Amino acid sequence: MRGHRNHPLWFAFLLHRLSGLGLALFLPAHFWMLSMVLTNPEGFDGFARWTDHPLVKFAEFGLVFLLAVHLFGGLRLLALEFLPWPARHKTLAAASIAGAFLVSGAFFLNAV
Amino acid sequence: MSEQQEYLDVSVWRGDASSGDYQSFRVPEYASQTILDVVSWIQQNADPTLTYRFACRVGMCGSCAMMVNGSPRWTCRTHVKKVAGKDRKLKIAPLRNLPVIKDLAADMAPFFDKWVKAGGRHAPSATRNDPIPQIKPESAGRDAANAGIECINCSVCYAACDTVTGNPDYLGPAALQRAWTIVNDEKHGNRDAVIEIVSAAGGCHNCHSMGSCTLHCPNDLDPMSAIAGLKRLTARNFFKRGA
Ligand code: FES
Repeated sequence: MRGHRNHPLWFAFLLHRLSGLGLALFLPAHFWMLSMVLTNPEGFDGFARWTDHPLVKFAEFGLVFLLAVHLFGGLRLLALEFLPWPARHKTLAAASIAGAFLVSGAFFLNAV
Repeated sequence: MSEQQEYLDVSVWRGDASSGDYQSFRVPEYASQTILDVVSWIQQNADPTLTYRFACRVGMCGSCAMMVNGSPRWTCRTHVKKVAGKDRKLKIAPLRNLPVIKDLAADMAPFFDKWVKAGGRHAPSATRNDPIPQIKPESAGRDAANAGIECINCSVCYAACDTVTGNPDYLGPAALQRAWTIVNDEKHGNRDAVIEIVSAAGGCHNCHSMGSCTLHCPNDLDPMSAIAGLKRLTARNFFKRGA
């Protein structure tokens, strides 16, 4: 990695763009598959069975990861650019959101 | 001298706008040696044709910036100790994102052209016959303007920015930070024109907030936040106009 890119904000930038690209590739396939509920129910059932495959289950985990990364990447950018707060406050806010997310996420996973 | 003399393994970019390559030099290491000292040693003792640029040697003039081991730095204030690893290797090249004139001297013209384009020249709002407007030093606007005025135009931020690499028409962090200073300067006579320029293509909304400018600025300025200020201002103006 070239010296001038070796810092967290640059990696955050890269991660945000890559997760965006990944989602852009996935979403058309996702919508096409959902549309099959209406146009081709048997085909959709076939797909639904396919998603039971452990490998696909694992890929779904990746998808959720992409979504989370992209969502928080976007929120990060909005906070960075549109909230003229001191950096220290932003770190605190980010930490408390992450903490709250962790706690509520754990409850949510317990519930399902 | 009782201690044994140690040497640095320095590769220096040699060439001009059309072509070039790295050339190796063995440079004796000294205490408190700066990168500029290393380059000067090569020019004075190994190859007098080596071209580079410096003036003040104390971090005031902004003329000595180069790429050192892949990062842009002001070489007169960068100690060898800080950047050379245990292997004592240095790789020195002209600033990126700018055309090369010769060896380590980059052509700063595009950088200064953009500075001027973003409102680098002062436009007076009063004549010498008018009373001097009073500006409170503690006002928010003055605070924002003060934040960027210590820029020494070294182009380190410009060389660090990958958005500049991707779009040669992007004004870049230094010029946009200058624009943010002007926009907050009550004594500037043409602030609307500056806002107009920075809202256009190649202006503040081109910035991807990678933060390399702020990270590398040798004077600890924060161009990324200045650009964010411009983004907020222009976005607010846009919604006001739309309403
Ligand atoms: S020589 Fe003037 S800033 Fe380095």
